[in-house]
Amino acid sequence: MDFEKVGLVAGIEIHQQLDTTTKLFCGCPTAVRPVEEHDGEFFRYLRATASELGEIDRAAEEEMKQVRRFRYLAYDTTCLVENDDEPPSPLNEEALEVTLQAAKAFGMTPIEQVHVMRKLVIDGSNTSGFQRTALVAVGGLLPNGGRIDSICLEEEAAQRVEDACFSLDRLGIPLVEITTSPCLRTPDEVRETAAHIGMVLRSTGRVKRGIGTIRQDLNVSIREGARVEIKGVQELDLIAEVVRREVARQMELLEIRAELLAREARVEDEPVDVSGIFAKTASSVLKRAPVVLALCLRGFSGLVGRELQPGRRLGSELSDYAKKCGVGGIFHTDELPAYGVTPAEVDVLRSALGAADRDCVVLVSGTRSKTECAVRQVARRARCALEGVPEETRRMLEGGSSAYMRPLPGAARMYPETDVLPVSITGERWAAVGTPELLTERARRFEREYGLDASVARQLADAERLPLFLKAVGAGVGPSLAARTVLATLKELSRDGVSLDRISDDDVAGVLVAVETGRAGKEAVPALLRAVAEGSRAEEAVAALGPAPGQEELDAIVERVIAERAGFIAERGMAALGPLMGVVMAEAGGAADGRAVSELLRRALKRALE
Amino acid sequence: MTEALAAGDRVACTVGSTELGGTYITDRDGMRVVKLDSGYNIGVHPGRVRFAGRPRAAPGPGIEVEQDRSLPELAIISTGGTIASRIDYRTGAVTSQFTAADILRAIPDLARIARYRTRVIATILSENMTPSLWQELARAVQDEIRAGASGVIVTHGTDTMSFTAAALAFMISTPVPVVLVGSQRSADRPSSDNAMNGVCAASAAVSDLGEVVVVMHDTPSDDRCAIHRATRVRKLHTSRRDAFASVGLPPLGTVAYPDGGVELGPGAVRRGARPLELDDRLEPNCGLVQFYPGMDPGILDAFSGYAGVVVAGTGLGHVSTPCIDRLGALTGDGTTVVMTSQCLDGRICDRVYDTGRDLLAAGVLEGGTMLPEVGLVKLMCVLGRTRDPAEVARLMQTDLAGEMPGRTPHGL
Ligand SMILES: [Zn+2]
Repeated sequence: MDFEKVGLVAGIEIHQQLDTTTKLFCGCPTAVRPVEEHDGEFFRYLRATASELGEIDRAAEEEMKQVRRFRYLAYDTTCLVENDDEPPSPLNEEALEVTLQAAKAFGMTPIEQVHVMRKLVIDGSNTSGFQRTALVAVGGLLPNGGRIDSICLEEEAAQRVEDACFSLDRLGIPLVEITTSPCLRTPDEVRETAAHIGMVLRSTGRVKRGIGTIRQDLNVSIREGARVEIKGVQELDLIAEVVRREVARQMELLEIRAELLAREARVEDEPVDVSGIFAKTASSVLKRAPVVLALCLRGFSGLVGRELQPGRRLGSELSDYAKKCGVGGIFHTDELPAYGVTPAEVDVLRSALGAADRDCVVLVSGTRSKTECAVRQVARRARCALEGVPEETRRMLEGGSSAYMRPLPGAARMYPETDVLPVSITGERWAAVGTPELLTERARRFEREYGLDASVARQLADAERLPLFLKAVGAGVGPSLAARTVLATLKELSRDGVSLDRISDDDVAGVLVAVETGRAGKEAVPALLRAVAEGSRAEEAVAALGPAPGQEELDAIVERVIAERAGFIAERGMAALGPLMGVVMAEAGGAADGRAVSELLRRALKRALE
Repeated sequence: MTEALAAGDRVACTVGSTELGGTYITDRDGMRVVKLDSGYNIGVHPGRVRFAGRPRAAPGPGIEVEQDRSLPELAIISTGGTIASRIDYRTGAVTSQFTAADILRAIPDLARIARYRTRVIATILSENMTPSLWQELARAVQDEIRAGASGVIVTHGTDTMSFTAAALAFMISTPVPVVLVGSQRSADRPSSDNAMNGVCAASAAVSDLGEVVVVMHDTPSDDRCAIHRATRVRKLHTSRRDAFASVGLPPLGTVAYPDGGVELGPGAVRRGARPLELDDRLEPNCGLVQFYPGMDPGILDAFSGYAGVVVAGTGLGHVSTPCIDRLGALTGDGTTVVMTSQCLDGRICDRVYDTGRDLLAAGVLEGGTMLPEVGLVKLMCVLGRTRDPAEVARLMQTDLAGEMPGRTPHGL
């Protein structure tokens, strides 16, 4: 697709958790806990409040369509601040420092006096009903010439466990939010920019790793489309696909608009109560419902069922809007008869609404108040189809499509966090902020200094256990052995179920030094680390290997092994080398030098075969 | 050069090479605080903020409050506090500024429980409350009940709410509920306890109660409020929603949320059980002092000339031997001295140990099971009514408003 031609404009917002000692506004650790370890719970209601400008934010108003009770799970690592039962502590200086480092790395200008704001969020993910956030710096540059608008420091929201239940362990973990200007023009450019920003953030060495610790929100629009924000893209590899699918969705919506205008389509104002028609229906959903309302979308036939993205139709959009009122979803005649609704019932329905073949009828079922609310929502979204693409906040679905979440928030959703004093970023403070060595620079340095392959150096520069590599090399271990241990051996052990957090950097370095000084063979490294994971100290594990066998002893072992396996050798020839190597090493003990054993065995094998 | 700006002015500010538009809010610590169009506030050096226009003030959205004439009428008397607060942009602090009428706009759910008329007697933080305001409040409560209110709600900052509650309980005999209520978490936050406490207070105010009570969160959840007797309630936590507790006896009842169902225990005084009477006489020249080990007895001299002093002593009601002498000097000069305990829960008994017997000999009155601050408020009221020492002693040791129940419950 020619993205320039469709006028793709995209921006990106990256949220990265920081790996600080404590949370942003309390002394709790930034530890994420298994849900079953919670040791207390409580529940609350949230209500929107007028912001300082005296308006209620429209995104918040949307959430208010459902009065909801939120349940919160507390841990022995959370406190009254997470419960919104104690005022916040001053802004975490460590988190601010990391934010300033990142800001400097992007060439940004800091705000002279940073004010913490309350961003209204009443979906329950914040016990207070707002997320604390502060603008720290503005005006950065991207390698492709694009701009970074801002970097903010904010508190992470609580993790949703299910529906209206949230876990408080994540609430309050520091998060940097980096927003680019809408300067990206292709899906790949969006992906590359996200990768670059992530790389710079990881260069600080103070960010969290793993699933969910970094999230991307994408802003996408095309010419004649509208700005749509897609939240919660966790995998870098999906970013381009999400952008492509959003472009496709907006193009489909524009085509649907053209078709609707050509058909002179319109949305009826009033729904019709059709509960009677479905009093005896085989559709359990409709039969169970106290009220079934129907709304006629004149001229919409065939378009409601039209696919916008894989797995998503215009009907899905109508349904998303309706669900905001607490109904389970909608039925529409583009997909009926089905789900227990018979052709006869569809006919009765159509005639009750005076619906022609070119019209589509939408059904909403539930309680009176919920259905009335839902039908209004359906009408609202259907009317948007006549305009084209509505501005929305959407959430990513598995695979890269997206669903409607809420309207785009307005600026009215912020007001000052009066419990936290502003923080000054003086000229001296800014001057003292160090810029991190970028991972890309570090990789080049590793290539140079340690003679490593470019790809090994790149992996190493970004490795979580880089400090281990540096420690081992500092202790005299060869860079390639240290790199192989960090990048391969440890990963293999972890894959085999060995608990790596029980192996300290000191232990690994101790094992590698033993190899380097000839007290253990390279082949013994995995076994030694296993022993460490099971509770031995590195020295003990090496000592347990026993002394390396002498040359005579080694010759004897090789002779014996070859003699005992004459048949196998006759059958396999030189290919017996690999299997026999394992046998000899087992007999010789881990301290034997693998390369020497291999050479010895190869020669003996050759002799035996002659 | 810096320009004179008015709050609300459009401004343009420069941060590095970035131009940002926003609204001027205030000056703070030498910086201009600007609300950017993104919603963020930032502080910018005055030299980098430029006036960009003065928008015409848009009228605020006027939300009319509708009242259901079939519902009972309650009076809401506002004294300030965080049940009705607003952000002060000059200091960045939360201050109590709304009138009682604004409460109805803030908590629309109140409209299904009752009709309301509102009255503001003060807009202060509760630490600025005074005994003369207690008197004014007591008169206002009486006026409202006389005028036919089915119940009275007093909105109050939580810090000194229990003092005011006790003062009302001693000054007013009421046939209808008089409910003090506040909020622990600021009313400007979506999670504020103001709405739930307000709804529960209104429910209690139309209920079968007939005494002065405090209605506040009972648990960390939004599940129910507890109804506390005015003279037995205390704020026991600085910030939690469920900071208030009844000391020495269970709460009088509960109000379920959100349905507002009121359950009253057997101890609660019922609606109509008492006539409407006001005795707002009060002697403000009284003090409260907490004893501590090593306390300089000279501190007590500061109360010389006071009409009365309540001492929060240790354990069963003790102070050091040197302090006993000074208390004796005070009683000798005609100051009433009443002993209460820092333990808060339990009864004073100065007949067990020597220092206790010495205190009695020095003319100190035992305060029974009274909370120290309740003892102070009661002493003000009693001394406002009589200065006859025997009568003062009798009243101080008589239960006037549930402050010193005859029996101490075993609490099992
Ligand atoms: Zn905490």
